[in-house]
Amino acid sequence: MATQHSRSAARIMISPAVVLLLAWMIVPLALTVYFSLLRYNLLMPGTERFVGFLNYKLFYQNPAFWTAMINTLLLVGGVLIVTVVGGILLAILLDQPMWGQGVVRILVIAPFFVMPTVSALVWKNMFMNPVSGLFAEFAKAVGLQPFDFLTHAPLASIIGIVSWQWLPFATLILLTAIQSLDSEQMEAAEMDGASPLSRFWHITLPHLSRAITVVILIQTIFLLSVFAEILVTTNGGPGVASTNLTYLVYARSLLNFDVGGGSAGGVIAIILANIVAIFLMRMIGKNLDA
Amino acid sequence: MARAVSTRRKAGFTIAAWIIGLAIFFPILWTIVTSFKTEAEAISSPPSFVFFNWTTENYTTVLERSNYFRHFWNSVVISLGSTVLGLIIAIPAAWSMAFVPAKHTKNVLMWMLSTKMLPPVGVLIPIYLIFRDIGLLDTKTGLVIVLTLINLPIIVWMLYTYFKEIPGEILEASRMDGASLRDEIIHVLTPMAVPGIASTLLLNVILAWNEAFWTLNLTAAKAAPLTAFIASYSSPEGLFYAKLSAASTMAIAPILILGWFSQKQLVRGLTFGAVK
Repeated sequence: MATQHSRSAARIMISPAVVLLLAWMIVPLALTVYFSLLRYNLLMPGTERFVGFLNYKLFYQNPAFWTAMINTLLLVGGVLIVTVVGGILLAILLDQPMWGQGVVRILVIAPFFVMPTVSALVWKNMFMNPVSGLFAEFAKAVGLQPFDFLTHAPLASIIGIVSWQWLPFATLILLTAIQSLDSEQMEAAEMDGASPLSRFWHITLPHLSRAITVVILIQTIFLLSVFAEILVTTNGGPGVASTNLTYLVYARSLLNFDVGGGSAGGVIAIILANIVAIFLMRMIGKNLDA
Repeated sequence: MARAVSTRRKAGFTIAAWIIGLAIFFPILWTIVTSFKTEAEAISSPPSFVFFNWTTENYTTVLERSNYFRHFWNSVVISLGSTVLGLIIAIPAAWSMAFVPAKHTKNVLMWMLSTKMLPPVGVLIPIYLIFRDIGLLDTKTGLVIVLTLINLPIIVWMLYTYFKEIPGEILEASRMDGASLRDEIIHVLTPMAVPGIASTLLLNVILAWNEAFWTLNLTAAKAAPLTAFIASYSSPEGLFYAKLSAASTMAIAPILILGWFSQKQLVRGLTFGAVK
């Protein structure tokens, strides 16, 4: 049993991490909330004054805000659908007997290790470019008109790029979960004449439900903050067609120097993320027997 | 009876999996191939996949013309620096939570995790302004600080799950033998904890290397790591596909190789033990 001595030592050992994280969380958070209540523009120093909820009202009345909200939800939802459905199918496939399984797995997870700016630029220039991209070449080869992805379907294109980056993550986690499936149960069901589809529906899918939830929640946290992919491909455009909440706050505060308005957007982003976080924390907490 | 797998079925799965695997990997492969082309060949129509004059001139140009080594070095310093600093802070914390759990340990762990849920954009402005005022904008120090803090929860959690697996009886025994807390850490715990610490280091170097929110927002020319350097290719310069490919290949190669070794840790580290 832990002695009094080791217990106080433990407290000392844990404190740097706690103090740092506490400061990291509270100081900027309080400042963001504070700034959001000010009229504060970096180009007009000295004119800061308290304006209450005006920034929120302006943000809320700005049509770009609603576009950004919808884009954020579409981006998160779109990527989740592609990666979860794709991830389940891919995980099941990778779980089958085959030659070179290890190599295939390495190929599949590779995109996760590519830095976001590289993957976005490679997709933008070498695949989606309407003149010299591979997709345009392919379209020409089969006699179609090349399509300018990032101009005419900017959000869908970004969803595609981000899905490519996150599919490996979903696949890897779902594969880990599938491999822990009790094979005897599967064999019993097979002997009883259950079809592959009903085995998937009644055994595999329920077994995966927990892992699927974890994938959805964790990805949502990251996907709410997609930034680099938008910055290097479309700059949020054309217009605000591919601007999400994160990008809008960045554009407001660091491009237009409107600290007050940007901060109000930041607070809204925090609230949005918290809604997801509550569910995620509950899931993780259940699994923790500390 | 174990399930008999017919060769034909296995061959079918093999073909399907390889086709999909290669399709997913293709953009990376294409980047690598393009990096060995001349600029003219890189945009030639129809594109050639194998039969062109392989050249390494793009690599030479990228290395000579841009401050590639500076950005590469920045990436190394920032990712390793923030990870090592994070480990120094996290190891004692994870150790005490794993071996001397108190009533509030679970809550502390959960709270630490919750700081990871904070969207970066929610704190971007204060951090930016503070950094501007104390001269940390566009410095490696500034980025090391930020990346240490954003990855600290993951580091603590990963270490905690690894330390939890070290049998407590061994520590009890060494304590009985009169080992001091210091001896305990250095001679008993550390050797058993090294694999877990190494895995944590690996995953966090990868995460920090690829971090592209703070690195883009807090750096300019001087302290920019590779993420921000590559982003500069989104300007018209990016039309030089072969050079973009060479710069990209060099930026992702080290981490791709590290990443392939860290598959297991990835699941563990990024699901916070919720999927094993």
